Amino acid sequence: MDSSVAARPNGYSKTPRKPLLALAAIVAAMPLVLPNNYTYEVAILVGLNAIVCVGLNLLIGYAGQISLGHAGFVGLGAYGSAILAARYGWPPLVSLPVAVAAAGLIAWAIGRPLLRLQSHALAMATLGFGVIVSIVLSTEDRVTGGPDGMAVPPLLVQGERAWYWIVAITLVGAVWLAQNLIDSPRGRALRALHGSEVAAGALGIDAGAHKLSAFVISALFAAAAGALSAHYAGFITPGKASFLHSIELVTMVVFGGMASIFGAVVGAAVLTTLPQLLTVFKEYEMVLLGAVMMLTMIFMPRGLVPTLERALAAARRRPE
Amino acid sequence: MIAQYVLSGLTTGAIYALVALGFAIIYNASHVINFAQGEFVMIGGMASAAFFDAGLPLPVAIVLSIGVATLVGLLLEKLAVEPARDASVITLIIITIGASILLRGLATLVWDKKIHRLPAFSGEAPIVIGSTAGGATLLPQVLWVLGVSAAAVALLTWFFRRTLTGKAILAVSHNRLAARLMGISVRRVLAVSFGLSAALGALAGALIAPISFTAWDVGVMLGLKGFAAAILGGLGSSAGAVLGGLALGLIESLGAGYLSSAYKDVFAFLIIIAALVFLPNGLLGRRAAERV
Amino acid sequence: MFLRTLVAAAMALALSPLAEAQPIRIGAFLSVTGPAAFLGDPEQKTLELYVEKLNAAGGVLGRKLELVAYDSAGDAEKARGYVKRLIEQDKVDVLVGGSTTGETMAAVPLAEAAGMPFISLAGAVVIIEPVKKWVFKTPHTDRMACEKVFADMRARGATKAALISGAGGFDRSMRAECLKVAGAQGVQIVADETYGAGDTDMTAQLAKIKGTPGVQAVLNAGFGQGPAIVTKNYRQLGIGVPLYQSHGVASKQYVSLAGDAAEGVRLPAAALLVAETLPDADPQKKVVTGYKRDYESRFKQEVSTFGGHAYDGLMLAVEAMQRARSTDKAKVRDALEATRGYVGTGGVVNMSAQDHMGLDLSAFRMLEVRKGDWTLVK
Repeated sequence: MDSSVAARPNGYSKTPRKPLLALAAIVAAMPLVLPNNYTYEVAILVGLNAIVCVGLNLLIGYAGQISLGHAGFVGLGAYGSAILAARYGWPPLVSLPVAVAAAGLIAWAIGRPLLRLQSHALAMATLGFGVIVSIVLSTEDRVTGGPDGMAVPPLLVQGERAWYWIVAITLVGAVWLAQNLIDSPRGRALRALHGSEVAAGALGIDAGAHKLSAFVISALFAAAAGALSAHYAGFITPGKASFLHSIELVTMVVFGGMASIFGAVVGAAVLTTLPQLLTVFKEYEMVLLGAVMMLTMIFMPRGLVPTLERALAAARRRPE
Repeated sequence: MIAQYVLSGLTTGAIYALVALGFAIIYNASHVINFAQGEFVMIGGMASAAFFDAGLPLPVAIVLSIGVATLVGLLLEKLAVEPARDASVITLIIITIGASILLRGLATLVWDKKIHRLPAFSGEAPIVIGSTAGGATLLPQVLWVLGVSAAAVALLTWFFRRTLTGKAILAVSHNRLAARLMGISVRRVLAVSFGLSAALGALAGALIAPISFTAWDVGVMLGLKGFAAAILGGLGSSAGAVLGGLALGLIESLGAGYLSSAYKDVFAFLIIIAALVFLPNGLLGRRAAERV
Repeated sequence: MFLRTLVAAAMALALSPLAEAQPIRIGAFLSVTGPAAFLGDPEQKTLELYVEKLNAAGGVLGRKLELVAYDSAGDAEKARGYVKRLIEQDKVDVLVGGSTTGETMAAVPLAEAAGMPFISLAGAVVIIEPVKKWVFKTPHTDRMACEKVFADMRARGATKAALISGAGGFDRSMRAECLKVAGAQGVQIVADETYGAGDTDMTAQLAKIKGTPGVQAVLNAGFGQGPAIVTKNYRQLGIGVPLYQSHGVASKQYVSLAGDAAEGVRLPAAALLVAETLPDADPQKKVVTGYKRDYESRFKQEVSTFGGHAYDGLMLAVEAMQRARSTDKAKVRDALEATRGYVGTGGVVNMSAQDHMGLDLSAFRMLEVRKGDWTLVK
């Protein structure tokens, strides 16, 4: 799974801290190279997607579950905060955490029955959840503004540069949180689950409870990112919760590398900026995007970061 | 009024059933969910329309389009699925999703972004069931779709149970290693299943086009609903796929008629989720014992 | 490999704005792919064609026009990103685009903040109501479509109508407007059904409408495949009362898809659709026949009203620049607002500080499908 499982004296592996510092450094240094507000916008989008992906990775990569409807939580967080702030006049500083908590509650409520399902049935169930959220958001237009979306009051500050820091700090915090979760007994239990649910059960690990907590945590990350993006853009549409968006998120996680927190960040970064770069190809954009997705999965089935880690490790081991 | 709702449900259900069958066949052989299945349907419809508009007679256009789709299916299997055959389920899902995006992009380049139609096979005059004033109507084309679905299930059942290739496909789905040890070429089996699925998908596309038209992006929703129908009916069972499709169509239609048309899809998905929670293997799915 | 692309892209970014202030940059973000490709594709083609023609005729204010167009695929978030790119990086002089209302509304705050004149190509009335300083639009509003249809219903003696609409932004927005204005127009909505994106059959919803007592007319607010399927289902069920469609299907494609079922269907549309049959004295005749001829001979495709909106958007911008004798954004904005008597494909445009669309109900003509072609209803 992740390459940190090297031989350690005490027998238990701790995820290395260096990459986190590297991430913090990159994030802090980025503004020096970003030329204009548009590039800041892309960076912010990367950061927001990365937050969702880090959480989703906990569920897919570490706990070994599938969720094809995670954009539903992104939408719930976004619309929850937007509606409370815009329609009921709550201050965004209050509406945001409340919306995120509500999304977590919903995840907890539906998680227990759904996570009992395996593989394809779970895929379908989560997909159904995402579609249901998306349809409800689109249909209740008196509250949500319908498919054309609604305006969202700003949170604290406005403008790309200020928001860059908000998102950056949140991202580093999210990664730090994820790393601590993985290293905790809970995290180790999760990893055992992924290996074999039956074996883990035989060791006394409550599979259901651990899967549920991974599900809820990933939902919280997704909702937080959704709410932040709503207040940043000042506008949201139900497309945030769409099936296609869910697929994009899963693709970012798998592409970057499952069971690799930095894989999630890298996956988000690449797949958010790639369409921006491919836009020069105009009508070939879709063909190229599909081709890139397929080729990278065929030649790097473990995802980008783990494959690179292995290549580096192999290179280091080779006697020069 | 319920009669019309039932017939409407059968109309959409028949379409979902054919798409779901395609999912079932590939899953049977490879345990892969082919998210590009919807695109096979799209290719069937668009290619038929293109050939027909170019002047070819309808049956020839359809046969050619099935050929095109089969080729695409074989290529997909050879170039994308086979090299990644040992990858995890979710990686394969991403590959097929990438393929669906690629195919949609190609469709806009090879054809166009407009909506196309095909003429109905046996005319458009609706068949009236019951009295002319208050009776329910059904398009003759729907009977074609239902008929072909039934024939497909019968053929597939015979194919899987009686022919060597069919049995080989089932063997591979039960235990790949054992099948290989028995001399079955897994590669051939995968190829056949993808080709077959693509052909069936294309036929579905050509059958559906007279009812609901075809365009470069019809595969998205049809694939989604077809997948839902296949899971509802029980992946790996052809009869299940058809049953799931019809059930989904009926739920949507009755939901639209009696509850709320705005939320019919929500009801459908809620019922599917509930069904899965109580019957995790779908309506007709075999309970799979998992080796520990 | 990705790293190399990134470096190359970064270099291109760094080297591009070498103060090429010479060409006038028209920025566009259109739904060329995605669910609204129906709208964006003819819009893009139109903009490309006319930028070319204008340049061939010597450009505007002695400068060449340059079109910078991105495909936002009907996605509001993508649209936002591209608009930022157009404003910050490509440094365009005017913005024409936003094929769908969602994309337009996502771009509005950016245009307002940057002081960028923005001509939207989307339909909903919310774009210009309340009026926003920098935002204009060329298509007729969905509210106008509702009013036109209800007026025609009343003229035929229908006072009770049923509504059926799809799930998309255009559909929902028009449905909301129709529900709002029906009463004032003297029409009572007795049934309100919807269908989903990608639905293949609407007989259930139509059966419900057929079974509702007192329905005298039906309005289908939607675009794409949905209305064509609705029309076919309508005939299949043998519903006798008049069927109205929206301007969203004002195209030959709708007629050819719906086939014989479309006979007798009425809808409000721009004069562009009946260009040849317009009387010579009609003020729009010259513009619409000219556009139709140019577009069809170049692209070998039927002309569409959506492409016409893009034509109007571009020409309004160009005219405003010529009247202002500059590309200064504030001056162009003022000139746009002062547009009077501009004859476009959508109608005769008279803008004002309160009206950033400039069309009135007469810009919409009521058309009826007869023998597979559009005819003007007198």
